[in-house]
Amino acid sequence: MAIVIKEFVQMRRDRITFAMMIGIPFMQMILFGFAINSDPKHLPTAVLSADNSTFSRSIIQAMENSGYFRVVKVVQSEAEAALLIDEGDVQFVLNIPEQFSRKLLRGERPALLLTADATDPAATSNALSAFRSLTESVLARDLEGPLSHLRRPPAPLQSIIHTRFNPEGITQYNIVPGLMGVVLTMTLVIITALAMTRERERGTMENLLSTPVHPIEVMIGKIIPYIIVGYIQMCFIVLAARYLFHVPLAGNLLLLLVVSLLFIAANLGVGLTFSTLARNQLQAVQMAFFFFLPSILLSGFMFPFRGMPPWAQRVGEVLPLTHYLRIVRGILLKGNGIHEITPNMWPMAIFLVVALSIGFKRYRRTLD
Amino acid sequence: MSEGFSPAISVKDLTKSFGDKVVVKKLSLQVEQGEIFGFLGPNGSGKTTFIRMLCGLLRPDSGSGICLGYNIVSESAKIKPNIGYMSQKFSLYEDLSVRENLNFMGRMYGIPRQRLAVAEIMEHMGLSRFAEQLAGTLSGGWKQRLALASCLLHKPKLLLLDEPTAGVDPKARRDFWDDVYSMAALGITALISTHYMDEAERCHRLAYLSYGNLLAVGTADEVTASSGLATWSISGKKMHELSAQIKALPGVELVIPFGNTLHVCGHDELLLSQSLHAMKNSEYRLEKIATGLEEVFISLMQDQGDS
Repeated sequence: MAIVIKEFVQMRRDRITFAMMIGIPFMQMILFGFAINSDPKHLPTAVLSADNSTFSRSIIQAMENSGYFRVVKVVQSEAEAALLIDEGDVQFVLNIPEQFSRKLLRGERPALLLTADATDPAATSNALSAFRSLTESVLARDLEGPLSHLRRPPAPLQSIIHTRFNPEGITQYNIVPGLMGVVLTMTLVIITALAMTRERERGTMENLLSTPVHPIEVMIGKIIPYIIVGYIQMCFIVLAARYLFHVPLAGNLLLLLVVSLLFIAANLGVGLTFSTLARNQLQAVQMAFFFFLPSILLSGFMFPFRGMPPWAQRVGEVLPLTHYLRIVRGILLKGNGIHEITPNMWPMAIFLVVALSIGFKRYRRTLD
Repeated sequence: MSEGFSPAISVKDLTKSFGDKVVVKKLSLQVEQGEIFGFLGPNGSGKTTFIRMLCGLLRPDSGSGICLGYNIVSESAKIKPNIGYMSQKFSLYEDLSVRENLNFMGRMYGIPRQRLAVAEIMEHMGLSRFAEQLAGTLSGGWKQRLALASCLLHKPKLLLLDEPTAGVDPKARRDFWDDVYSMAALGITALISTHYMDEAERCHRLAYLSYGNLLAVGTADEVTASSGLATWSISGKKMHELSAQIKALPGVELVIPFGNTLHVCGHDELLLSQSLHAMKNSEYRLEKIATGLEEVFISLMQDQGDS
């Protein structure tokens, strides 16, 4: 295919676009892979302690050991503690009241106050739940012998939590496979929309169409190189996931590659449709972003899908990225096979058919 | 030339409109094989639309046409391999080198022994020394030669050239016409749209299109003769002052300044002659001359504008 060869030569010439195709996945990988962590640890904590005892010391010790808290300051007054929270210097203030240990020993159930700066709930929620459980376990260790009656009686039932697929809750395991879908959406929609619009804007489309090559062949020729680019980006991310982020690749990579074709094609369909609507390259990019934003926000890449209100979930269900994320995470983390991912295949297929038919229809019209 | 002596292009009542605007109105035209056919008319007169319909880029609303023996509506796939279309705007890739552009076009047409053919055409068109240069960095004249080379690469039987010499210097234009003549000698038909009168006169036959209407067809002589215009040339001093006076005379339809002379035209030869001789004095030299294409076309354009 002549156009495929030409497209690659042009891609090589157009340094900026080429850099974008390689640079964007790389940058996103660094940003999302290393910088984003939904389970923040070592949060700065101040301690206001009016009780210097074994118990208070082991509570502070246990908090630091949990990994979520880092005691950065010991303060002397409530006012000082409040100021630290207000100014955002610390996330938490632990307030151990006077005679904490004495009351504890008397069985008076003394209060232990943890003040949290909860402006960002995501930042504090894990630390708070860790705090709740550690207070019980810590004291259980110290309350020995004659004090053992102060221990909490065991709960009448046992709750066992089995966190599968990502027991340590490492954010990267979720983000990095998801990145594959995001990177593909971004590059493929933008680049295809651009590549087609560019031909028309520069007047070269006319020349292509005056050749014996059929208009559909022209389009396919324009699309194939970007499918290849998409696959290269995918391989790049899979390799990075494996060797840089040590994501356990549980599933069948070949299956992933095959299924991805559907997703890539769906995105190309969108890009193609945009290219027939856009008058120039700037508009094409704007439209691509119009599609990209809901994709990244509503698909479950950034925020948990099930946490969204029903209407947002319905919008999300339409987007191919939503389904692709489930498939990628399913295959890579859960080791899903063809059977488990099928429910997410057909929404993408429907999207593909709709996007392509609009694209083709508009494409035919623009020839006239 | 399997079609024998049948015309290269023959269209009947071809009509095309965009929205409410009729761009080409019931156009009927024949172009013989091996002919260089000039296509003239003001901007927006439908020349480009007509050419695009011939090469299958646009579908006519009504009317029919035969191009190289094939129906332009239903058989455009068979026409395309045999035409070389050069659009108004440079439509090759500025970020590809001359050789890459030609290789690409060669592949698009699926020509055999493409590398050799590309080398030959570059040699023939004098493009060899620019082979590895990016097309975007060529000067206007060389870009035009590259575009022509890419049209000729697949040895078409018909060239459709849409304002090929717009913005090109006179030397490059002359070289271009030399090439067109040598193509015509090989039996290749060329349909060329242009705004230049000197180029119009180089064509075997020409047509004048204005706002979708075909106003004149024929050889340059036929067109001027059928216009029925009589032309006088007046030369002397202070011509621009005189120009206003002459315009007001009965029978004068057109006054065109050519440097220090004025060309005065009118359809009523007798009336024009009387008017001019009436104001004649020793300061001016009055002379009856043959009507040129320029006068005819400006007159046609003016008439069209009045209606």
